Amino acid sequence: MSTAISVKNLTKSFGKFTAVNDVSFEVEAGTTFAFLGPNGAGKTTTIKMLTTLVDPTAGSIVVNGFDPTKDALKVRKSFGIVFQDPSLDDELTAYENMFFHAGLYGVPRKDTPARIKEMLEFVELWDRRDSLVKTFSGGMKRRLEIARGLLHTPAVLFLDEPTVGLDPQTRNHIWEYIKKLNKDRGLTVFFTTHYMDEVERIADKVAIIDHGKMIANDTAANIIAKAGTQTLEEAFIKLTGHTIRADEATAADAFRKMAAMHQGKNRR
Amino acid sequence: MKSNFIYVIYILWLRQIKRYFRSRARMIGSLGQPILFLVALGYGLGPTFAKAGGGNYIQFLAPGVIAMGILFTAVFSGIEVIWDRQFGFLKETLVAPVSRFSVMLGRTLGGATVAMLQGVIVLIISLFIGFHPTLTLIPAAILFMLGIAIVFTALGTGIASVLEDMQGFQLIMNFVVMPIFFLSGALFPLEGIIGNVAKFNPLTYGIDGLRYTLTGVSSIFGGVWFDALILAIVSIVFLIIGARLFKKIQV
Repeated sequence: MSTAISVKNLTKSFGKFTAVNDVSFEVEAGTTFAFLGPNGAGKTTTIKMLTTLVDPTAGSIVVNGFDPTKDALKVRKSFGIVFQDPSLDDELTAYENMFFHAGLYGVPRKDTPARIKEMLEFVELWDRRDSLVKTFSGGMKRRLEIARGLLHTPAVLFLDEPTVGLDPQTRNHIWEYIKKLNKDRGLTVFFTTHYMDEVERIADKVAIIDHGKMIANDTAANIIAKAGTQTLEEAFIKLTGHTIRADEATAADAFRKMAAMHQGKNRR
Repeated sequence: MKSNFIYVIYILWLRQIKRYFRSRARMIGSLGQPILFLVALGYGLGPTFAKAGGGNYIQFLAPGVIAMGILFTAVFSGIEVIWDRQFGFLKETLVAPVSRFSVMLGRTLGGATVAMLQGVIVLIISLFIGFHPTLTLIPAAILFMLGIAIVFTALGTGIASVLEDMQGFQLIMNFVVMPIFFLSGALFPLEGIIGNVAKFNPLTYGIDGLRYTLTGVSSIFGGVWFDALILAIVSIVFLIIGARLFKKIQV
């Protein structure tokens, strides 16, 4: 089996604060990999480094055979991403959002309409293709983001808390799509979440990081067995402790609050 | 790769245009202020201006208010970057396999086109309030509008690239945009101290060029070609600075 993501001794410091501290792991191609940790553990920083948005302080990364610090554009072409916060244009239709994505990723123009149709049908949004995204529910937006992230046929899909704020029905629905893609096309899936039941059901491998350090990297069953607990949630709490993390609020959090007031009625 | 560069710019430009024509509320909302200025100041100060020997105030004021409409729309479209990078399409463009420069350029040109259209609408409205432009130089006037629009969309994008959140927006309005507007000769002829300060304001040259092409009133500084030259230089400089700052955006 080949390796989709390989991370060696990865470190990222912001001034005196070390967000990610000497982390190493590998993700095999065609597998699903859950990247867990309490708030502020370094998950998002790691994803940003893997996806070329932030440069590491030390260590090496290879994504689909390319180094994000040297071949940023090639790495970007090879993955799709669904961010924690929405990144759709609300004033455009579902189809237009897809169309613009195809243009940015250099999808051949003659293939674009068929590709868009295929992906929108896959997430069951083809009927709503001409509706403005601002009329969509939270779950529909997520599905559209997944369809868009896959439009340029990436080898790896990054999902940063894709199911946060969604009801169980929608969550199940979304994981069904993702599992199907993983099975049928061999898509490598790298995701973060706080829902441990999702991890037990979906993930082939689980990594847990805390305070920037890797504290577990195994299958869910092995982690549970080693911790001597009943569920992954119990194992997670046993490994990371009971303290609630004092997350420093950033500008992004303040923004999220504003957006929640703004769009709260649409999040279902 | 080269054709892709142009296509990416086109796509981001198209997005701004589509958004503009779709949100009628914003389009109409941002026309309120220029109309108010035209009516209230035009009719209110008109007699005083005429008595002081300034001539027809609406003729003087209209180019200034057109520029105001462009200025506000342009800066705002640049500032939108702040919101957009957290909750919008911008983040999607930042992980796309395209250069940041093409993203910034496409976005800025789109925002500038929108601001220019807004200026054209204000011009049309001013016709009903008693403005009588000379029609022969309208194409040149529209070029001046585009110049003003590019300068200030690039400025807004540059500012937005270094701001963390919307809290700074009020600061920018009161300490950057309002002074640019009031110290530009938009509302009154430039004389004395203000005249000297205004020489360092790019909007001054935009308004002067606009006033010349629309009403034929000769400019106070180096003439209409000088206005055009200054505006062109400043728009290139602001685009370069804006693109540099935009490149440093952290998501």
